[in-house]
Amino acid sequence: MKTTDATDHFARHRHPRATRTQGLLAALAAMLVPGTAMADYTWNFPTPVTPIARDTLKIHNEFMIIIGILFAVVFAIMIYSMVKHRKSVGHAPAKFSGPTGAIQWIWALVPFAILLFIDFVIMGIPAYHAVIDMEDTKTKADMVLKVTGMQWKWQYEYPESGVKFISNMSTPRDQIANKEAKGDHYLLEVDNEVVLPVGKKVRILLTATDVIHTWWVPQFGVKRDAVPGFLRETWVKIEEPGVYRGQCAELCGKDHGFMPVVVRAVPEPEYAAWIEKKKGELAAAAAGADKAWSKDELLAKGKEVYEAQCAVCHQPDGKGMPPAFPALSGSKIVTGPLLSPDGKLLKDSHVDRVLNGKEGTAMQAFRNTLNDVELAAVITYERNALGNSKGDLIQPAQIKALR
Amino acid sequence: MSHATTAPHDSHDHAHHPSGILRWLTTTNHKDIGTMYLLFALLMFFVGGAMILAVRVELFQPGLQLMKPELFNQLIGVHALVMIFAALMPAATGFANWQIPLMIGAPDMALPRINNLGFWLLPPAALLLTLPFILALFGIGDGAVATGWTLYAPLSVQGGLGVDFAIFSIHILGISSILGSINVIVTIFNLRAPGMTMMKLPLFAWGWLITAFLLIATIPVLAGAVTMLLTDRHFGTHFFNAAGGGDPILFQHLFWFFGHPEVYILLLPLWGLMPHVLATFSRKPIYGYTAQVYSFIAIGLLSVVVWAHHFFTAGMPVPALLYFMYSTMSISLPLAVLFFCWIATMWKGSMSFETPMLFAQGFIVLFGIAGLTGLVLADVAADAQYHHSYFVVAHFHYALFAGGIMGVMTGVYYWLPKWTGYMIDEKLGKLHFWLTIISFNLTFMPQFFVGLAGMPRRIPDYALQFAEFNAISTVGALILGFSQLLFAYNIWKCMKGDAYGLPKAESRAWEGGESLEWELPSPPPHHSWETPPVIK
Repeated sequence: MKTTDATDHFARHRHPRATRTQGLLAALAAMLVPGTAMADYTWNFPTPVTPIARDTLKIHNEFMIIIGILFAVVFAIMIYSMVKHRKSVGHAPAKFSGPTGAIQWIWALVPFAILLFIDFVIMGIPAYHAVIDMEDTKTKADMVLKVTGMQWKWQYEYPESGVKFISNMSTPRDQIANKEAKGDHYLLEVDNEVVLPVGKKVRILLTATDVIHTWWVPQFGVKRDAVPGFLRETWVKIEEPGVYRGQCAELCGKDHGFMPVVVRAVPEPEYAAWIEKKKGELAAAAAGADKAWSKDELLAKGKEVYEAQCAVCHQPDGKGMPPAFPALSGSKIVTGPLLSPDGKLLKDSHVDRVLNGKEGTAMQAFRNTLNDVELAAVITYERNALGNSKGDLIQPAQIKALR
Repeated sequence: MSHATTAPHDSHDHAHHPSGILRWLTTTNHKDIGTMYLLFALLMFFVGGAMILAVRVELFQPGLQLMKPELFNQLIGVHALVMIFAALMPAATGFANWQIPLMIGAPDMALPRINNLGFWLLPPAALLLTLPFILALFGIGDGAVATGWTLYAPLSVQGGLGVDFAIFSIHILGISSILGSINVIVTIFNLRAPGMTMMKLPLFAWGWLITAFLLIATIPVLAGAVTMLLTDRHFGTHFFNAAGGGDPILFQHLFWFFGHPEVYILLLPLWGLMPHVLATFSRKPIYGYTAQVYSFIAIGLLSVVVWAHHFFTAGMPVPALLYFMYSTMSISLPLAVLFFCWIATMWKGSMSFETPMLFAQGFIVLFGIAGLTGLVLADVAADAQYHHSYFVVAHFHYALFAGGIMGVMTGVYYWLPKWTGYMIDEKLGKLHFWLTIISFNLTFMPQFFVGLAGMPRRIPDYALQFAEFNAISTVGALILGFSQLLFAYNIWKCMKGDAYGLPKAESRAWEGGESLEWELPSPPPHHSWETPPVIK
């Protein structure tokens, strides 16, 4: 069923109380008539926009009806017995302790046979087809999207065009701390949306850099873990343009609740234009690595990068949250030497830590996710702000040479 | 040694034991140890409950009000570990200690000193689990284990010292469980009254026997998994690190090889208990004894071959998905046999509805919801939507609160008159039942819907469209939590029956009680069945 809000179902619709109640009643009525659109209410799956999600919703609705009937029948029998066979109405207890005679055996075995049929035929056969369909990521796939989970953001990569970017939650921390009114897409909004073409089969490859994350957009009907060191895959074919919101579904550390997934599905030409625009941005950024940057430019850019990438753990003031997330203010590593006298990377130095991370901790290797300018800027910023004043700087070109 | 100074005694009814704390530290009496297990479980039930009430209060509204996400993550995981390992399992072991000897006509558990050790391992383990919360207050470490009770690597490899404390705690709890299991098995195999064949064994003992075998089969796997985690954390191994040739998903396989049977470990003793309670209050023999025994065995066997349905979204080959889906569905068959037998036991009986019967019937209905939602969770395609969502949280609380905790409450109310010698306060018991059942549904029913609507589990803050259901759930949880104080008060009243003027319990405290414990006085003497009864 197509409604006006189908494109952005995940947004909250602030119905007046009465409309909500009416909605709930209508939904209850819909429950009684199998096959009607239950999906428009928040107490069922959100409106499906992929073939898989549609199948899943159909299967789910059928199953709910089946188990609803099972529940009603079984407990109607039990309640009947509780009413009729009670001591207070003078019912004398029977003595049987098992089936006696053919009729009773039939009574005992028929429910068992019905359940067997429900399990492996009514539920089992559609489930089989759904699994085969869901796991068929390769047949007629039009394009590939690579998704990398990391604490606590997603990186998206389009291997065909080389476009690659990080997607961070954009909900202001003040909204979370209740200092500011919460927006419509509270916790489900990002700085860089991932854009996909409508009507194309997109093969999604998933991995992670640190711990296990799970990529989930409820309206797509797919949920798959992103496992560090391995590739997992799934697929989507979005049927309607719109913005679809989801979030990480596997506990992945402190900000697990704050790594949303936002997908914008657009018609093919619009998608092609968007890819071209992104390519242009990447080329401009790469060109930036070859020019010499002034310290002020680096500090300004560095502050921006620090706040987007680092502040979540090391805190906006650089004081960190020891022992898990050390302070950068006055840190031995940050205030240590920048590079060796001949311009080489020093082991366990500030530059090494930012580029290569620290194994076994949440400190990740940012060489994979930030470009040369961003790395140079953030390193320079950390050494000259947050209570540190080393006075030195590193140029993007130097980072480029160290890679 | 001269016997002249020793007073002759004909009767063993009175106890020979030191008094005060030393009595409880050194006791080898199954009744004393059973009591300690049960009281410990009750205490930890409130500890685990307090943790989750804090979590529910945080989730009352969107936004962070009460705590930081770090503490939130610690509370949810420790809540689960405390409830499973320090509340439900000790409660079941308390039942086993008190009831198995009474019900099979044995003088005590077969290995009394091991029994004592099994109990006294629990308090230090519980302390280890919760100590990091306190250490963090003094600036040592960053709190308790924050990975959820599942301890998934690599998050647990990355975690702070809370993970190490949890690992050692799990080792100690595991040793305690294995000692308890060995004791149950040896007692049942060797100390049954003459004439009590295995097919005359009370169903409660049968349920516990299967649980004991499952514990011995699966706890070592968990111990292995957490030891591998420990060496990954501190000794440079790479069992769960792909960069060193390991695999993070290996941890999930090992964990759930234990974790799935654990569900049945918790529930089998209670499934064993149900027919006794239903038969007692229906004044009718248990229906389908043999079918129930074979269902227990079937569920025990199936439980160790279905583990991977706990991580269908982790990515598995299609044949594995199909196998785990169908094998999981097949558990519904023996479980349906149990439901059938429970209802058939009541059918055409002469039912009365005392508190234990109410809890047993509440258990059957709500556990039915757990079973049916479990059936749909088995479906791989639909599971992609349910998994990691609040739908799963609601499902397993129907299994482990309505099934587990309410099952334990059934047993406590059923046997309290036997243990204390006083009948329970029925009015208070019924009030407790109705408050529990209403607030339980108020807490967890909305979680099914909020899960379907797309709310992931284990998040400290949520999008605005989940707000209403979460608010209802929190109100329910607060009522549910505080209602349990009535339970503690009722137990206390029963223990101090004289002071509250409760009627004394007869040997057969409940009119329809048929198993052996009802042949003994209430409370039974400190040493009972010194001459075993003969079963015809």
